[in-house]
Amino acid sequence: MINSLKDLQKIRKEYLPDIELRQNKDIKSQQINIMVCTGTGCSSSGSKSMIDGLEKALAGSKLDTRVKVVKTGCFGFCKLGPIMVVHPGSIFYCNVSESDIPELVEKHFARGKIVERLQYEEPDTGEKKKSLDEIYFFNSQKRVALRHCGLINPEDINEYIATGGYFTLGKCLSREKSEEIIDSIKKSGLRGRGGGGFPVGLKWEAARLSEGPEKYVVCNADEGDPGAFMDRSILEGDPHSVLEAMTIAGYTIGASEGYIYVRAEYPIAVDRLENAIAQARAYGLLGENILGTGFGFNIDLRLGAGAFVCGEETALLKSAMGLRGEPRPRPPYPAQCGLWDKPTLLNNVETFANIPEILSRGHAWFHSIGTENSKGTKVFSLAGKIVNTGLIEVPMGTTLRQIIFDIGGGIPGGKNFKAVQTGGPSGGCIPEQYLDTPVDYDSLKSIGSMMGSGGLIVMDEGDCMVDIAKFYLQFSQDESCGKCTPCRVGTKRMLEILERITEGKGEMADLYELEDLSREVMDASLCGLGQTAPNPVLSTIKYFRNEYEAHINDKECPAGVCRELLNYSVDQDKCISCGLCAKACVAEAIIGEKKGRPYFIDRQKCLKCGACETKCPKEAIYAQ
Amino acid sequence: MDQKYRLLDQVIGRFNSREGQLIRILQEAQNIFGYLPEEVQTYIAGKTDIPVSEVNGVVTFYSLFHTEPRGKHGINVCMGTACYVQGARNILDDFRRDLNLKDQDTTDDGIFTVKNTRCIGACGLAPVITVDDEVHGRVSRKEVSKILRKYRKLEEAAERVDDQQPERPAENQERVPAGH
Repeated sequence: MINSLKDLQKIRKEYLPDIELRQNKDIKSQQINIMVCTGTGCSSSGSKSMIDGLEKALAGSKLDTRVKVVKTGCFGFCKLGPIMVVHPGSIFYCNVSESDIPELVEKHFARGKIVERLQYEEPDTGEKKKSLDEIYFFNSQKRVALRHCGLINPEDINEYIATGGYFTLGKCLSREKSEEIIDSIKKSGLRGRGGGGFPVGLKWEAARLSEGPEKYVVCNADEGDPGAFMDRSILEGDPHSVLEAMTIAGYTIGASEGYIYVRAEYPIAVDRLENAIAQARAYGLLGENILGTGFGFNIDLRLGAGAFVCGEETALLKSAMGLRGEPRPRPPYPAQCGLWDKPTLLNNVETFANIPEILSRGHAWFHSIGTENSKGTKVFSLAGKIVNTGLIEVPMGTTLRQIIFDIGGGIPGGKNFKAVQTGGPSGGCIPEQYLDTPVDYDSLKSIGSMMGSGGLIVMDEGDCMVDIAKFYLQFSQDESCGKCTPCRVGTKRMLEILERITEGKGEMADLYELEDLSREVMDASLCGLGQTAPNPVLSTIKYFRNEYEAHINDKECPAGVCRELLNYSVDQDKCISCGLCAKACVAEAIIGEKKGRPYFIDRQKCLKCGACETKCPKEAIYAQ
Repeated sequence: MDQKYRLLDQVIGRFNSREGQLIRILQEAQNIFGYLPEEVQTYIAGKTDIPVSEVNGVVTFYSLFHTEPRGKHGINVCMGTACYVQGARNILDDFRRDLNLKDQDTTDDGIFTVKNTRCIGACGLAPVITVDDEVHGRVSRKEVSKILRKYRKLEEAAERVDDQQPERPAENQERVPAGH
């Protein structure tokens, strides 16, 4: 039980040596800390069995007392998982598997020799990199919200305290007035990281000024954007920072209860949160009379059940009450009328994760990072056709080119960049000519996209932009809750038009119809889902009109994606007439003779399913 | 069956004291029964004093709830953008074709259910599928039949064990993990 800042200090002192070792402040230490990523990415790549193997290999050995295996949060380099970082020295190993353990134990942990074969190689120079800090992917970033991911064990509250965690809460509770906290956040310039970009200080102030004996703090962890995993990584890697920030928020606005609304699709994040809440309760950092100040605050989880619209704040609040997650018109805003009609402060995970750091390092520090109207850093997830898929955090104002080509390593396979999609189904596709745009809330809006929660999906010349627009619209149409007509019917009609176009049945009039419908759906929809659903369509029509025209006029898909417009052929030179393709064809469209002449495809019969393509051992079948 | 309802009673008892926990109760109920048939919805409505129309409204609103039984192994093909641009649609089609699924999602023998799923956040490993709780990353079209073979083999092995031990605990058969 922790009753005062003094008690916190005691724990901090006890656990600080490990943290300092990992921060390379104690480079001569005899102790070794092996950090293994246990985020969703590395877990899927087998990090759990690797940890078991490591612990087994170390148990009973001479190294047992000086080597510690630590499960930690996401390093961000998901592509190279499982990732292992060994301290002192921040030695970085990637693609580590269970079979590498004996060598690591014998060579590195016992004798201090680095296992070169598991080191990272900088792709353009081929140079082997020893430590994390030497790798460009890491040293070009600035980690604020992700500050503890990879540094601490998210399942151990003591390690969070050792980094200075919960001290900000203690300071706020004992010394600061609510107005001062709000003033600091306002001056820092922090804007909501969920996508809207509303000034956080104003939101806190509105919730504080709302009258009422009961108020709530809610954390939006319903990260529904396909291709975005920032919030998940924070919850998996540093759950206590969110709990601490929510408690500070509770104190500031006068609430005694908080809820985290988290997707059930994130089982690891849910486990870590449950564990973190239990630990904080056991220490008295949640519950009654926190740190002996008389202030009490509790946090409970609410699991989402798979509805994208629940990321919208009014829908989320309905869902958190156990109802259908349908949005309602605003005002009144949640700050006046939220959970059970009580004033409610609602912020996103990344927003909360920034708060303790802002309050401890001061608003001026945060204000000095970023662009004029967008302060601080932003976490982005890089996915799609990009070499370094993963998670990064950079100052606002970094250009798309720096993010994609410098940190992200560019496009794999020597292909050409075509577009980058930001903001998920609500955002737009940005073409090459805008790659030098500094990324912030306002600049992205001005080129027809939006910041969104931070998912960046990169597309190359092999992606069809009409198909991408169709994909996003399919998503929005499917996730439309059906409450308002413009969204429910409008997105459906738009999708039908796009389907016509990708099937080669479109006309030029369809394009104008699409643009008209888009504007109507945007103007008349009730909530953000409908208001932004046409963005992917409008931005692709604007920047890639020629692709639409090729589908409509020439009945061709230039990228070779839209099935109805493709023709499959057999490369006569590569075919070894093994007959596997003919066996796989359900339409009996492939004709030939085993061990005879090359096979060929009857286009009249071909269903364009692509089954033959996957079966061909010589990659002789291609679509055009 | 009674055993399952007893478990459900415990769940309701645990959560019903707090407001707004219907979704949690339904999630647990689905874990117990494997799906949410009408009888279970009516039972929950009665126990929680919530109109059955409201319970059904919630069940049909959220994609995690299903009212039909599922196959023993749930195959979910992630259809997030990252997976989509890496060819997830072809992989989904291959699974469906391989298992001969036309209009339905579950195979006739009740072994596999194939669905597409919303982004599971493992975008760095795209395209991603999950089979039950296991995540498979960077799946290629050629791996589809290999994955199916692996689970079919597991199934056959389980059946052989079954022949020796006819009394298999019923609750494990329909258990579908949360999140699918």
